[in-house]
Amino acid sequence: MRILIIEDDQETAGYIVKGLKEAGHAVDHAADGQTGLELGAAEPYDVLVIDRMLPQLDGLTIIERLRGAAVTTPVLILSALGEVDDRVDGLKAGGDDYLVKPFAFSELLARLEALVRRAEIEAPVTRLQVDGLEMDLLSRTVSRDGRDIDLQPREFRLLEYLMRHSGQVVTRTMLLEKVWDYHFDPQTNVIDVHISRLRSKIDKDFDTPLLHTVRGAGYVLREY
Amino acid sequence: MSFASIKSLLRSATFRLALIYMVLFSVSALVLLSFIYWSTAAYMSRQVDATIDAEITGLAERYETDGLRGLTAQVGERLSKQQPGDSTVYLLTDNNYRPLLGNINRWPQVPADTAGWVTFRLGDDVSGRVHSARARAFLVRGRYHLLVGRDMYELQSIQTLIKRTLVLGGVFTFALALLGGFMMSRSVNRRLDTINRASREIMSGNLNQRIPHRGSGDEFDQLSDNLNNMLDQIEALMDGVRRVSDNIAHDLRTPLARLRNRLESLSMQPPGDDQARREMVEQALAEADGLLGTFNALLRIARLEADARRAGFAPLELGQVLADVVELYEPVAEENRQRVELVRESEFTLVGDRDLLFQAFTNLLDNAVKYTPPEGLIRARVYAAGVSVCDSGPGVPEREKDKVFQRFYRVDSSRSTPGSGLGLSLVKAVASLHDLRVRLTDADPGLCVVLEPVAADSAPLS
Repeated sequence: MRILIIEDDQETAGYIVKGLKEAGHAVDHAADGQTGLELGAAEPYDVLVIDRMLPQLDGLTIIERLRGAAVTTPVLILSALGEVDDRVDGLKAGGDDYLVKPFAFSELLARLEALVRRAEIEAPVTRLQVDGLEMDLLSRTVSRDGRDIDLQPREFRLLEYLMRHSGQVVTRTMLLEKVWDYHFDPQTNVIDVHISRLRSKIDKDFDTPLLHTVRGAGYVLREY
Repeated sequence: MSFASIKSLLRSATFRLALIYMVLFSVSALVLLSFIYWSTAAYMSRQVDATIDAEITGLAERYETDGLRGLTAQVGERLSKQQPGDSTVYLLTDNNYRPLLGNINRWPQVPADTAGWVTFRLGDDVSGRVHSARARAFLVRGRYHLLVGRDMYELQSIQTLIKRTLVLGGVFTFALALLGGFMMSRSVNRRLDTINRASREIMSGNLNQRIPHRGSGDEFDQLSDNLNNMLDQIEALMDGVRRVSDNIAHDLRTPLARLRNRLESLSMQPPGDDQARREMVEQALAEADGLLGTFNALLRIARLEADARRAGFAPLELGQVLADVVELYEPVAEENRQRVELVRESEFTLVGDRDLLFQAFTNLLDNAVKYTPPEGLIRARVYAAGVSVCDSGPGVPEREKDKVFQRFYRVDSSRSTPGSGLGLSLVKAVASLHDLRVRLTDADPGLCVVLEPVAADSAPLS
C-alpha cells in the first residue's frame, strides 16, 4: 500500500520509512506540516501517518483541513501526548487511530494494516470465513470443517476481530481496545491466556493451526 | 555607624516608611503651629487696633463737646498719666503738621493708608532696640491732625517669642519623629534581618535550618511559622523526590544491566547461528520493552498525581468495570487453579475514567493471581460503601502496609516474583484522582485491598 509519513523528527521518520519499505509498502515522507498537507491532499495514499507536533502546521490542523477538503484517507496519529483527552482530541479532529510514542514498529504496522483493511471493507458482512473456519454473525455460531465450536461471548468477539483482520498481525493492545473496549497498555500476559484458550477450541483437534503467535508483535489468524 | 550601613538604612523599606511618616507628622505639626501663631498674633494686632480706634473716637467726641481746649486737655491729661513703660503715642498738629502737643516730636514721614493707618519707626531706645509704632491719623474738623498709636515693641517681642517657641517646637517634633522612625525601622529591620539571614542560610543548602521564633505571636512570628511550615513541606517533598529517584536509579539498574549483558553476548556470538542470534535479539527487545513499560507506568503515575485533569470523566458503574476485569482474569486464575468469585452486592456509581479504573483493577487482580496459592480463592466485591479485592496469599505485614504504595517498594518475600513495584502506586494515584481511598486489610489469610470514598467511615469487611 501507499503510505505518507508526516513527521519532523528525522530519526523517527527514517526508522518508520525503512521499516515500512521493508514490509513492501511505498512510502513518502514530509518533514513539515505544510508539505505534508499538500502531498496528502494531492496524492491518492492508502493511509497517512501524522505526527501531532510539526513545524508550520500541527498534525490536528492538517487532519481538519484534509477532512474539510473531503479527503477521507484513513489517518493514524502519532504522538508523544498519550493522555486520554489528547487521544480524544486527536480522534475528534478526524483521526482514525492513535499511537503513543515510543511505540514498537510491529504495533504501528499492525495498526496501519488494520486501518486500510477497515477502509476496504465497507459492506456489512454476516459471514466470516478463514479456510475451514466459519463464523455466522447473525446466529452467532462458529464451526470448523462442519464441526460446531462452542465459544463464550468474549471468545466469540475475540475470534470475530481476528477473522475480520485475518492475515494481519494484531497486537495485544489492539485486542484490548477492540475486544474489551478498554484503552491501556497491558503489561501482563493476560491476553495470551485468552488466545491460548481460543486456540485450544479452534485449533486443537485439527491438523493445521490457524491462530499463530508472532513473536514480539502479537497474533495472526491465517490459512497456512 | 559606617557609610555602608547608612546607605542600607536609607534603602530599607521600613526606614522609608518612617521617613514618610515623619514628613507627614512634621507638616501637620507645622500647619498646627502656624495656625496657633497666626491666630494669636492676629488677635493681638486686632486688640491694638481696637484700642486705638476707641481712643480716637473718645478724643473726637471730646473735641465735639469741648473744642480744641477740651481735646488738648484730654491729651495732656492722658500724657501726664502715662507711666514710663506705657506705650501709647499721641501727637496733635496744626494744618501744616506742626506739632502742638504729644509725646513724639514729628509727624511720621510714612504715608498713611486710606483708613488712616500708618506704621512707622519711633526711634531707638536707650538699649539700642528699634521701636516701631502703629498709629491712626485723624483730621479734626479740617484744621488739626491727631495721631494716636501704640509702641509695638512689646507686642512684637511677644510675637517673636511665640514664633521662636513654635519654631523650636517644630524642630523638636521633627527630631523626635526622625529618632522614632529610625528606632522603629531598626527594630523592624532587625527582625527582618533574622529572617533574611536564616533564609540565606537555607538557600545556601542547609535545609534543616529554621527561622527563629520569638514567641510573642506577632506578625513576624506568624511569618516565621508559615515559612517554617513551608520549609517542612518542601523538605518532605524533596525527601520523597530523592527517595523516588534513588529507587528509580536502583531498580532500573538491574534490567539495564541485563539488557547490556544480552547485547554484549550478542556481539560476541559467532556468525552463522541465526537462530541463537534471533533469540538473543528478542530477549534484548523484551528487556527494553519491560523498561519502557516501567517508564510509562512512572510517567502515568506522575501525571495522575501532578494534575487532576478529569477530561475523560463520565458516569460509570464501578461494578461493571470490576466485572470486566474479573472476566479478563478468569482464564489466568483457572490456569493457576485458583477460584475467582465476584460479588456485586449493590451498584457503585461514580463519575470517573473507566480506562484508568480498569487499569487499576487490572493491577489488583494481577497481584491477586500472582500471590494466591493453587486452590486459593480470589474475591472481588462491590458493596454500597466501596470495592474490595481479596486474595488468599501471604498478605502484607502490618508495618509494611503504608510502604507498599511507594514507587518500587516491594515486600521482601515478593522480591523473587516478577513485578515492577509500581502496581499499587498506580492504584493509589488512580484512586485519589477519583476521591477514593485505598486501604489494606487482612483477609486471614491474604490481603484485602479496599477502595472507598474518602469521606466514608470504615466499611465492613467480609
